[in-house]
Amino acid sequence: MSIGHTLLGLLESGPRHGYDLKRTFDEKFGHDKPLHYGQVYSTMSRLLKNGLVEVDGIETEGGPERKRYAITDAGITDVETWLATPEKPEPYLQSTLYTKVVLALLTDRDASEMLDSQRAEHLRLMRILTDRKRKGDLADQLICDHALFHLEADLRWLELAAARLNKLAEEVRSA
Amino acid sequence: MTPAGSLLTASGLRKTYGPTTALDGADFSIHPGEVVAVMGPSGSGKSTLLHCLAGIVKPDEGSITYNGRELAGLPDAALSALRRSEFGFVFQFGQLVPELTCVENVALPLRLNGARRKDAEQTARTWMERLEVDDLLGKRPGEVSGGQGQRVAVARALATNPRVLFADEPTGALDSLNGERVMELLTDAARSTNAAVVLVTHETRVAAYSDREIVVRDGRSRDMERAV
Repeated sequence: MSIGHTLLGLLESGPRHGYDLKRTFDEKFGHDKPLHYGQVYSTMSRLLKNGLVEVDGIETEGGPERKRYAITDAGITDVETWLATPEKPEPYLQSTLYTKVVLALLTDRDASEMLDSQRAEHLRLMRILTDRKRKGDLADQLICDHALFHLEADLRWLELAAARLNKLAEEVRSA
Repeated sequence: MTPAGSLLTASGLRKTYGPTTALDGADFSIHPGEVVAVMGPSGSGKSTLLHCLAGIVKPDEGSITYNGRELAGLPDAALSALRRSEFGFVFQFGQLVPELTCVENVALPLRLNGARRKDAEQTARTWMERLEVDDLLGKRPGEVSGGQGQRVAVARALATNPRVLFADEPTGALDSLNGERVMELLTDAARSTNAAVVLVTHETRVAAYSDREIVVRDGRSRDMERAV
């Protein structure tokens, strides 16, 4: 995820301090991975340098100096362009799972056992996410669904690989 | 041997249909309040396993013990009574009686067990409320959507307070959102009554509502907990 673009997008609704930006980011997008303060301030410095934000005011009352940032017209254009640009679909052609299967077959290890234990691990995570989804709000549900659909795709691949293991073994051993 | 505390256990099940081997030494066990997903490719034997566990199909070999009793030792009448009062069933589709209203469908197993119409329909209403279909009481199955019909079927399966609920692809005919809501309601309701659920599915997202998974391949079962 582009943290810079996300923080810029959050600034479109009005100027904010770095702390407010971090808190809003964590609430909306940071679920399992909150931002570090250092990340916020280094990102804001970069955006400032590139003319995408400006300092709207500085407060000093009762503590350290706090800058309030506002988005510039160039920043708004930058967010617009980012939102309008489709993300590159991830082709997943360098699959670790595939590599492990082939190596297991090449070294006469039990690839089927490996696929089964991977399958169990995937389903374990799917159970955790399903439970979180049940207890969560709509945002949580959508985030978990995204992860669940990807895990489901992996599981379908694991099943397919298990079903084709003998043929794959012949191919990799004869190559 | 029956695993400690298990409600329903099967060991060494074999079943053939002509030249086709459907089960080839399958094992299974489930505890009260547990939801176990039975997964596997089409034709792997998972539905046959469910039918054997529920006493609908007799295995050629192996034993099934429910609550300390061997199913094979029960006369047909006792087996029927068991299925009517202690087991509940949900299938993929076509399970509601089209001539009856939804509340009459849910009340049906209670009526078959001898409950008075008024009492049976009162219990049916309670279950339909839990499954969020109490606005369909007087409608016939043909007048409700697939998702609604499936919730009515779940209400009917749970209305007798079964100790084991057998669900064979219960969301197979539903879209994702409806399927997930049915699974949420089904597993919540089953857990609240401590019913065990045998859930046959080929969908991993549905299996993720279970506590444990058994995979059936070529008629043999594998408990995936032991795969980790």
